[in-house]
Amino acid sequence: MASPERMAVRIATLAVFAFALAFPFFASGYRLYQGSQALIYAIALIGLNLLTGFNGQISLGHGAFFAIGGYGVAILTVKLGLSYWLAIPVSAVVCFGAGFLFGFPALRFGGLYLALATFALAVATPQILTYKGIDAWTGGSSGVLLAKPAAPFGLPLNADQWQFLLCLFCAALLYWAATNLAHGRVGRALIAIRDQPIAAETMGVNAALYKTMCFGVSALYAGVAGGLSALTVGFVSPESFTLALSLSFLVGIVVGGLASLPGALFGALFIQFVPNFADGLSVTFGESAKALPGAIYGALLILIMAAMPMGVAGFLWSLFRAATRVAGFAGEQADGVVVARTTKTGG
Amino acid sequence: MNEFLHQFASGLALGGIYAIMALALVMIYQATQLVNFAQGEMAMFSTYLAWWLMQTGWPYWRAFFAAVILSFLGGIVIERVIVRPFAKAPILASVIVFIGLALIFNALAGYLYGYSVQSFDTPFSGRPWFGNVYMSAHESGAVLVSLCVLALVFAFFRFTPLGLAMRAAAQNPVSSRLLGIRVGWMLAIGWGLAAAIGAVAGMMAAPIVYLDPNMMGGVLLYAFAGAVLGGIDNPFGAAFGGFAVGVLENLVGAYVVGAEVKLTVALVIIIGVLVWRPSGLFGRRLVARV
Repeated sequence: MASPERMAVRIATLAVFAFALAFPFFASGYRLYQGSQALIYAIALIGLNLLTGFNGQISLGHGAFFAIGGYGVAILTVKLGLSYWLAIPVSAVVCFGAGFLFGFPALRFGGLYLALATFALAVATPQILTYKGIDAWTGGSSGVLLAKPAAPFGLPLNADQWQFLLCLFCAALLYWAATNLAHGRVGRALIAIRDQPIAAETMGVNAALYKTMCFGVSALYAGVAGGLSALTVGFVSPESFTLALSLSFLVGIVVGGLASLPGALFGALFIQFVPNFADGLSVTFGESAKALPGAIYGALLILIMAAMPMGVAGFLWSLFRAATRVAGFAGEQADGVVVARTTKTGG
Repeated sequence: MNEFLHQFASGLALGGIYAIMALALVMIYQATQLVNFAQGEMAMFSTYLAWWLMQTGWPYWRAFFAAVILSFLGGIVIERVIVRPFAKAPILASVIVFIGLALIFNALAGYLYGYSVQSFDTPFSGRPWFGNVYMSAHESGAVLVSLCVLALVFAFFRFTPLGLAMRAAAQNPVSSRLLGIRVGWMLAIGWGLAAAIGAVAGMMAAPIVYLDPNMMGGVLLYAFAGAVLGGIDNPFGAAFGGFAVGVLENLVGAYVVGAEVKLTVALVIIIGVLVWRPSGLFGRRLVARV
């Protein structure tokens, strides 16, 4: 018997999915592009949240894995002539490998050192991408142009609609995978490692394996997002993968809610639309509007950590619980199924 | 050979800047076991402050010291208002708050002073010193200033009662409090000093890397590398690491990988050190009691 909370989450998830499915048939052009971007960010945020929110490993460098995914798809489709159907999974696997390998040294770093190392990774990424030795593949600082994929099987969809649905398909699949991962045995192990690493190991959790695997899976998510982004934008270049991108992922998971998978959607919408909003203001405020996203991001990071550390998702969740309590549903909750939402963050 | 010495010397000049930046990081790390990711942007903002004062007609050294003092006060205010409430929060929360601070300073500088690149004066202009053909006057001056800062910090912690109290508060907060040291204030002063030292680093770096809101990104990264290399809990190790990273960065950039991928050197140093010698060259090995 599902508790009212679980039912509500299920209904909300289905409603959002249904809305997203209908979206390409009434929105057009630029809106669809923005929607695709938001879904792409959501994928990356789910991945980062598995790592940082659930497992407590701080990554300030997920832009690097996003870049590997993007360049992977660009190189595979343009230089090697692979179909994007294959290119996305292949570059996702490459990202998994890269994340897994990065996760190995990460095992030896405490939380802070990992933040340092990933920060360095994020800062160095644009330079690595312009490296002369690989510019036959990466196109150096001018990047690589991609063709937008057309809808297969003669479906009556234009490229934008198909692009959106492709992103939606990947996002839904990866969201489903992440909820299964997070709410089962693996998720419990990840949270245990975050909150009580020593106790977790004495209980037989293989912390090294879980942490490196988590890093790999998280990088895979970022890689899929990066690959989809390359297809959506139709272009990859080193300037798209700066520290600012990595930091906006961090902003996204904090705003959406640490250790909350549905929160990724809020976070993604936030980091997609705040810069747009600032661009809109630049007509009236000129160049100083460029400062707006950074100011909002920075202020919100601090305010959210101070006032509602579980982000928007946590806030909505507590509203919902308060509402059900008022309605007299209290006491019916199945304790234990909501571990991920009630435990404290970080570690 | 000439070229090599030239690269080595200008690496030394940059290294001095990294060294004092690393020192600022260590100052906060020793007291709180946290790395201040906003250090670079704070230094950048202080540098803009000095630049703005000079724009209003102040002479260099007056603007320099005014910026240092204002940064000191600003550092204290930041600790009191923003950092203090997160003193007991998990590392993740602190890192997020520091990133937030960095974003705010970056945006504030862009808003107040614009995003276009500005040149920044140096007090050490003119002919190279002592007929030193390998370093410009500014580079020699930057090394001199870095060494002065190191000496001053050493003297402060070694010979003044306040320095002693700060060391005590960092090493053993509980006992220090029992002895009447106001540990909270010591932390705030530590932040102030770090901000002031960072301001010096920013003003020394600005004539080389030019002034813009993102000028300290690279410098901060090399300072991280320096601090990690030398041992992040050891001020002199970190300063040595800063110099070493400056020289390494320049030499590797010039002879091995090319100047466009120099930042990767910092990445490799950080990961390499953390893998093979996590406590750095001179750091204490941390042992946690279970």
